[in-house]
Amino acid sequence: MRYEAPRKLKRAVALLSAESGVARVLAGGTDLLVQLRSERIEPDLILDIKRIESMHAIAAERGGYRIGAAVSCAALGEHAGVKQLWPGVVEAATLIGSTQVQGRATMAGNLCNASPAADAAPALIAAGATVAIAGPGGRREVPAEAICLAPGRNALEKGEIVESLYLPARPERSGDAYLRLIPRSEMDIAVVSAGVSLSLDAAGRCSAARVALGAVAPRPLRVEAAAAALIGSDLDEAVLAVLAAACAAACDPIDDKRGTVEYRTEVAGVLAKRAAVIAQTRAGGAA
Amino acid sequence: MPLDHPQDLTIKDFKIVGQRPLRPDGIDKVTGRARFGADMNAPGMLVGRVLRSPHAHARIKSIDSAKAEALPGVKAVVTGADFGAVKDGLDDGMLDVLVNCMAQDKALYDGHAVAAVAAISQTVARQALKLIEVDYEVLPHVLDVDAAMQPDAPVLHEEAADESVPAGFSKNVVRRYEFGHGDVAKGFAEADRIVERRFKTEAAHQGYIEPHACLAAMGPDGQAELWVCTQGHYMVRNTCAALLGMDASQLRVTASEIGGGFGGKTTVFIEPLALALSRKAGRPVKMTMSREEVFRATGPTSSSSIDVKIGMTREGRITAASGELRYQGGAFPGSPVEFGAMSAFAAYDVENVKTVGWDVVANRPKQAAYRAPGAPMAAYAVESVIDELCKQFDLDPLSVRLKNAAVEGTTSSFGVTYGKIGLSATLEAARAHPHYSAALGPNQGRGLACGFWFNFGGETCVSLNVNADGTVGLSVGTPDIGGSRASMCQMAAEELGIAYDKVRTVVADTASLGYNDVTDGSRVTFASGLATIQAARDAIRKLCGRAARMWGIDEDAVIWEEGYAKPAGGNAGSFEPLSLAEIAAVSARTGGPIAGHTEVNADGAGQSFATHLVDSEVDPETGKVKILRYTVFQDAGKAIHPSYVEGQFQGGAVQGIGWALNEEYIYGEDGRLQNPGFLDYRVPVASDLPMIDTVIVEVPNPGHPYGVRGVGETSIVPPLAAIANSVSAAAAVRMTHLPMSPPRIRKAIEEAAGR
Repeated sequence: MRYEAPRKLKRAVALLSAESGVARVLAGGTDLLVQLRSERIEPDLILDIKRIESMHAIAAERGGYRIGAAVSCAALGEHAGVKQLWPGVVEAATLIGSTQVQGRATMAGNLCNASPAADAAPALIAAGATVAIAGPGGRREVPAEAICLAPGRNALEKGEIVESLYLPARPERSGDAYLRLIPRSEMDIAVVSAGVSLSLDAAGRCSAARVALGAVAPRPLRVEAAAAALIGSDLDEAVLAVLAAACAAACDPIDDKRGTVEYRTEVAGVLAKRAAVIAQTRAGGAA
Repeated sequence: MPLDHPQDLTIKDFKIVGQRPLRPDGIDKVTGRARFGADMNAPGMLVGRVLRSPHAHARIKSIDSAKAEALPGVKAVVTGADFGAVKDGLDDGMLDVLVNCMAQDKALYDGHAVAAVAAISQTVARQALKLIEVDYEVLPHVLDVDAAMQPDAPVLHEEAADESVPAGFSKNVVRRYEFGHGDVAKGFAEADRIVERRFKTEAAHQGYIEPHACLAAMGPDGQAELWVCTQGHYMVRNTCAALLGMDASQLRVTASEIGGGFGGKTTVFIEPLALALSRKAGRPVKMTMSREEVFRATGPTSSSSIDVKIGMTREGRITAASGELRYQGGAFPGSPVEFGAMSAFAAYDVENVKTVGWDVVANRPKQAAYRAPGAPMAAYAVESVIDELCKQFDLDPLSVRLKNAAVEGTTSSFGVTYGKIGLSATLEAARAHPHYSAALGPNQGRGLACGFWFNFGGETCVSLNVNADGTVGLSVGTPDIGGSRASMCQMAAEELGIAYDKVRTVVADTASLGYNDVTDGSRVTFASGLATIQAARDAIRKLCGRAARMWGIDEDAVIWEEGYAKPAGGNAGSFEPLSLAEIAAVSARTGGPIAGHTEVNADGAGQSFATHLVDSEVDPETGKVKILRYTVFQDAGKAIHPSYVEGQFQGGAVQGIGWALNEEYIYGEDGRLQNPGFLDYRVPVASDLPMIDTVIVEVPNPGHPYGVRGVGETSIVPPLAAIANSVSAAAAVRMTHLPMSPPRIRKAIEEAAGR
């Protein structure tokens, strides 16, 4: 097993492209090291991206923020600008693992680990975040929902590496929220999760919305029917019931050690409702 | 001698006992200097690893280790065949331990050891495991206790059942126990109301943070040493000596510091394998379990299925009680169902009572003791039914328990007549506590439950050496799993009249001190404490003798008071009192070293009782529970070091919270454990918990010189019940299946709404 820690992105891409065996990217390592120690994986190359300076930057860009792939969740959690613009995304970042884990873990890594239950995914999908990918063929930018293809399988091609995440600008009177159900209070993986982002018009009515669910299907879901239920409404009880029903209809979960099909389907709607109300409040609307 | 008069416990004015000095092992533990099981190394040491069955039940047709043995760096491979020579000489219990450590003709559970290797590195050892070829014939398996009792269930052992099991049962039913007195039919006829319910609990692991680890070294002459993390190194010595065909004297076992045991380290798993590998390789072998191995192959406690029926008058008097308890104890006989059946109704004075316990085997790891083994599940069922009756009659659950509480002179359901006990005192303390009358909000509920544990004494040996500089070295043989070295120092210092920090307690190895039973049964502060006090008194007798010699008077004319030898009275002569240090300083001239000893099979441990009070809140939409407030009231007899008593109370409550809410062994259809790690085997984390409040009740135990009762186990008996009562109140539905995970609570709420 080789360990490489290049200082340039180009070099990282070259190393990944040249590796004939199994290569794994190390950002925070909070998933990778666990998999190594439990002997689930035996990679030939471990490529550490933490020495690449640009990967650590959080930069303002076109009214939004570009977040380097090696930015830790803790650093994101302390960034006043991102927190103000996308509180729901930061909320998700600071729910991953524990305080100590957040000092290492990254949003990009959480996304690339491709767990359907990843906390990063629903919040980023709801936010309409995009992911910048560098590779031997150049750079491409894809929506956050395109990263996880199936449990443990991401959309990166050979030699590709996530460079940064981009959180876009948003209109006045916008808010987002992320909620997850875990049986404990921390150090756990979502049994069900929901992210909601919305904007309100001057009258307080919902003018735009995105809804995403985690842990209810082989990959995190963007639920357009649920968002459609919100748009044009002021999120009254009846609308929230439609939202919950749309979420439940989108669910395609499994029975496993963390929860049942029935439970996940039902609680997805409960969390989406609650997240929508929080997002509405954050947008300055009536709770 | 004046030393022998019985202590009057009510007026004993303790100077050191009851204080809260720093524990002697504290600095080492917080700085990382303390050495645990995996912290010992030896020159030339090899790495030992175990190959485990991926099948829940399979016949082992053959094992071919030739390729592994041929791999460079592999120094030894052992399989079941390596233990063939000793098998015939072992009794049934010891044979089960052997077969659990290393499968013989069948793999009986997912994770069952089938071979072990010793190699020069982790990498080589891992490769070697992959080269061992095991030919399995996969057999049907059974995991659930009720399913395992069905007549057509897959059978684990053809001949494990004894004559207590009536004809017609599955061969997986291996023992039947029965306890009780009176006439339950008559009692039920006298009741105004009868409630009968079935409860289920899932298997919970002790969850100690330190995985099993040991370092074994055997020389060509057969002399061996073993460094190991264990609750009982004499047990390890005797067991390993039997399994390896050695004399006990040839094996010296040293207990490391221990990162938690809770009963789970009262047996052996990897230790005989490490010794067998070391014997074969001629080099030291270190073995360390991974967390996954700990979950798959060491003992959780039993899962259970229990029927309880209680009859009560409208005034709250229990007229009859009966219970049928079924525990699966994994792949071998020995589930703690006997303790469950004995303890179920032990907190109450019931005229007509009967319990039947069924010990059942299933394709799971062999259960190991877990804190008050067998009692928490039984208490859960019994206290839930009492709670339900109280609700139906609209009676105060505390008053009803007080009305039925066992007291001094009560003949228990398991036959013993109690001496002085403290159950009523814990209930009175709970009633007087602000928690009992605190206000509750919406979706919140309060639960109350009582619990009992037997407590144990057992074989104990202690040496106390008086050093020439006036300090004292105390050797005990019971590994310290809860602050016992501090408590021993306190008791020795109290007796000798010297300062706490003048006494140092060590856990001696098996060659340095006589036999000691395992640290279990909440026995150490009681039994090693009693032996320490007696050893100190033995030393005092000798100190008085030396003082007599220094003064030239009769030994009988010297008394010991508050740390000094003094002339017994005017007739004895007039001499300045001599301190321990003054006598010790000249011991070389008065007869040589001064030491006190005790060898005892301690009796009179004194039963222990507790009452727990808990408030919880249930989110009705998600089924998630939050524990809001928790208070433990328990009789400690006499708290030697109150902080460590409180720690035991809190620890038991927290482990109970985990067991009640989220901890469970989850298996797939294939019989493989799905959650062998702390991510999905959910013990509570600190942020899940409120501060666990504690109230120490002291009803002295007449069987101990200071009144000590063991406290380590009783604290996990009431929580399952108290939390279930609290959650059932908060969710407005009776929860009859533990753990009460969010999906289970949601389902119960939905089913109740549908009714």
